[in-house]
Amino acid sequence: MDKEKVLKMAILARIKLADEEAESLTGEFNTILNYVGEVNNVSSNSLEKMQKKDTHISANKMREDNNPHESGLYTKKILEEAPLKEGNYIKVKKIL
Amino acid sequence: MIDISKFSIKDARLSLERKEFSARELVQASLDAIKKKDQDIKAFLEVFDDVEEQADEADKKLKEGESASRRMPLLGIPVAVKDNMLVEGKRATAGSKILEGFIAPEDSTAVKKLREAGAIILGRTNMDEFAMGSSTENSAYGVTKNPHDLLRVPGGSSGGSSAAVASGLVLAALGSDTGGSIRQPAAFCGVIGLKPTYGRVSRSGLIALASSLDQIGPFTKTIADAEILFDVIKGQDRFDSTTVSEETYPVPRKFAKVIGVPQDFVEREGMDQSVINNFKEVVNKFKSLGYEIKNIELPHIKYSLSAYYIIMPAEASSNLARFDGVKYGLHKEGKNVIEDYFQTRGEGFGKEARRRIILGTYVLSSGYYDEYYGNALKMKRVITEELNEAFGHIDLILTPTTPTPAFKIGEKMSDPLSMYLADIFTVPANIAGLPSISVPSGFVNTEGKMLPLGIELTAGQGREDNLFIAGKDFLGEVS
Repeated sequence: MDKEKVLKMAILARIKLADEEAESLTGEFNTILNYVGEVNNVSSNSLEKMQKKDTHISANKMREDNNPHESGLYTKKILEEAPLKEGNYIKVKKIL
Repeated sequence: MIDISKFSIKDARLSLERKEFSARELVQASLDAIKKKDQDIKAFLEVFDDVEEQADEADKKLKEGESASRRMPLLGIPVAVKDNMLVEGKRATAGSKILEGFIAPEDSTAVKKLREAGAIILGRTNMDEFAMGSSTENSAYGVTKNPHDLLRVPGGSSGGSSAAVASGLVLAALGSDTGGSIRQPAAFCGVIGLKPTYGRVSRSGLIALASSLDQIGPFTKTIADAEILFDVIKGQDRFDSTTVSEETYPVPRKFAKVIGVPQDFVEREGMDQSVINNFKEVVNKFKSLGYEIKNIELPHIKYSLSAYYIIMPAEASSNLARFDGVKYGLHKEGKNVIEDYFQTRGEGFGKEARRRIILGTYVLSSGYYDEYYGNALKMKRVITEELNEAFGHIDLILTPTTPTPAFKIGEKMSDPLSMYLADIFTVPANIAGLPSISVPSGFVNTEGKMLPLGIELTAGQGREDNLFIAGKDFLGEVS
């Protein structure tokens, strides 16, 4: 990982990052990535065994999309938390 | 004068029922203790302004007599909650500036269940920003101190909750545990901390760090109290589709007092000698209590921390995308919409949050996804299988909770990896979704201060009951 990459990731994450912070993060990320890279060490034997089983952890849970609450029930409460609003809308700057 | 530090929930409930004191007096004792001690410890971010009304309400119900008491196991008991659980009408910041000014529009399920059980929600406790940390130093609202030595950290990320219970400010508290954030501060502060099985407690209204790992649990002074709180907050919830029912995990074997110790994993570099010595004593104590100790081999468990430090930042980067300065919380002005995002998130997130979001973005990005996130998920499944298999022939796994006693404030702030290593023994239970408890196991004299140590017991999925039995045996608690 180099500084350019860190700055690119910060842009993807929508975080304004000072140049010096990108510099120090680069070193830290290399140390961390070097350590966590050991996740490649899964034994192929274990992998094979695992693929035969279906564990609870990765199971999907589905439900019917029904019984909605009454429309507008929470609008006021939720709008109260928005930093900028106009009428019953959250306000953002012009996009186009 | 009621001394909160001398009371368990169980004792306090008895005294309330016998009218030895009222809920109002009990709450006053908490408020007095906070006033006296919390200037130094800084466990609380806020004590709610309606606690006296809540206490009066509890006293009214206590007068109704037995039926209300039986229905409400926490009636009149003050409980603190970590600042990442929503309490309706109160501020909630998750220790972050980006949620400055945010008022929770509803109760989290855990808080709602506390209320239904009659608890008094006393206030919100300090934490590492978005639960990212092992020391509570990453809070945007100041550092919490360890009550046993004010120069040391209380652990984290639920450091405010553990310090509040340890210093007798409150009878019990809730925290959340993504990689050890309940058990590690419990060990550092000398209290009990339980992380339930993934899915036993609803995460609805818990500000998310890593959704596949997060779990809410209690801090208490006795195992019986941990059991009381766990029974109150657990249960399937339609607002959290990952919650499980009582029937989800079949009982695989009868409790036979067999403890597995992964010796290779425990005897690792970076272990404090005091922790090694204490652990040997603990093993002998369990033997003398009639437990069989087996050395077990878990070849992949040592990779848990690596899998964790990929999966957690990946999920965090995604979960924290919602903080954009548009819907709630902090808003900083830029030239246009996208500049608003950059300004708000750049200023609103603290250093560790920025670090983990960017790291998470990297491990999920095209070209690196398979190498990091993909492999971490595979590793997670292998570790889970390995542990589930082990619980076919043992009841519990025993390790120290932490490799060292509480470290000094500032000691690990400039070296993130060394901070992450504080979670080495706690992370496997999150990776595999297992219930795990930290129990006080003694003290070590360090630079003239007596610092607590903790041991960690982990059970198979859904087997909190085994943790409670062994914990009570170990502490000599009569059930």
